[in-house]
Amino acid sequence: MSDSVVGSQSSTLAAFLATLRRDLLIAFKKKHDMVNPFMFFLIVATLFPIGISPEPERLAEIAAGVLWIAALLASLLAMDNLYRADYEDGSLEQMLLSPHPLFFLVLAKNISHWLVSGLPVVLASPLIAYMLNLPSGSYQALFLTLLLGTPVLSLLGSIGVALTVGLGSRGLILAVITLPMSVPVLIAGTMAVEQTQNGASLAGYLAVLGAMLLATLSLAPLASAAALRISIN
Amino acid sequence: MSQAQSSSFAVADFSLQARGLFCERDDRVLFRDLSFGLKGGEVLQVRGSNGSGKTTLLRIVCGINDNFDGELIWQGKELTNQYEDFRSDLAYIGHRVGINKVLSPLENLRFACGLQTPVGDEAILRALALMGLRGFEESQCFTLSAGQQQRVSLARLLLSTARLWVLDEPFTTLDIQGVAQLETLLQRHASAGGAVLVTTHHALSIDGLKVLELV
Repeated sequence: MSDSVVGSQSSTLAAFLATLRRDLLIAFKKKHDMVNPFMFFLIVATLFPIGISPEPERLAEIAAGVLWIAALLASLLAMDNLYRADYEDGSLEQMLLSPHPLFFLVLAKNISHWLVSGLPVVLASPLIAYMLNLPSGSYQALFLTLLLGTPVLSLLGSIGVALTVGLGSRGLILAVITLPMSVPVLIAGTMAVEQTQNGASLAGYLAVLGAMLLATLSLAPLASAAALRISIN
Repeated sequence: MSQAQSSSFAVADFSLQARGLFCERDDRVLFRDLSFGLKGGEVLQVRGSNGSGKTTLLRIVCGINDNFDGELIWQGKELTNQYEDFRSDLAYIGHRVGINKVLSPLENLRFACGLQTPVGDEAILRALALMGLRGFEESQCFTLSAGQQQRVSLARLLLSTARLWVLDEPFTTLDIQGVAQLETLLQRHASAGGAVLVTTHHALSIDGLKVLELV
């Protein structure tokens, strides 16, 4: 291996940042990809009062669950375009063939994806919660659990997308792969909001969600990277 | 042609060898007992009819496809154990050229260089100008023709310090002048000590061209 070649190679951090910058730029230029999941979240959440009951007491009961389910479905909808365009235009091959660990490139793509599709949902959730008459003591619990939970959903979804990116027609298979892994997050999130209404401490639930986030942050990109290598083989 | 071309790769000679490659796809044997060697200074053209496994062979060499038997030896050692070093010495342009349609040529190349060799914007603009894309640097790539997109992808070669170029049908969408330019580029890379593995049906006019025929 010649030294001149090694010396001129970009650092893994530079490659990570280049990927992050590129994906954010693409999201910025393809605004509908960014806006669609968010609009979906708003629509699903607003349909519940119409479909079930506009009575404040009944809405207050279901508010946390509705918000969490809407966030989960929005995240599922957003997942589909995570690797697809890169697979089709050959950029994914280039990433696989870069000298850097695919883990970090996948992580950069996941972070950018969550910033674009997950964060807007988290930021809008208090507004929708207000519309659904969420008890006033639960806002903090809802916001914080979504903030910790939605990145977990994105990271888990990434594995499913990576496994299915090579398939022509995928239909429901992504949901079948992803949803079972997402259910614990949904349970932890909704339980946290419910239990804090009854006076329980929020810290324990946040610790559980935080642990889930750290575990997926360190392990899920590894699984996604392996799945991508298989998909493109 | 660019700074990458003017320097030669004198430090360690490049050598890649394939021994007894066997690949089967969908119950059909693409090639068996295929052996070839590629050294610095050589251009190896892989020829063969459609579906004879040219692209598969290239993907096997790059390490995208690991569904094969046989040995790949790089710099005298088994390649499978040293893919990370190998990849920093590899520039691959596939059938899908790796250009995002929404981004501009400049943004695409910034990303490509971020993955491989960091270079400044001036170098990228110079490479694009050399590929005949002056004035298109900031246009979104979906507004460019297929040949122009191919040229954006080929500009990566000008910016790369990799010694091995693996090119899958790089000539298909290029015009006559583009074909001549790419041939010159391959020739120069080889005479600077680099190695090229290329599939094409096109009759290449390159000195010392080696041909591998797949049947």
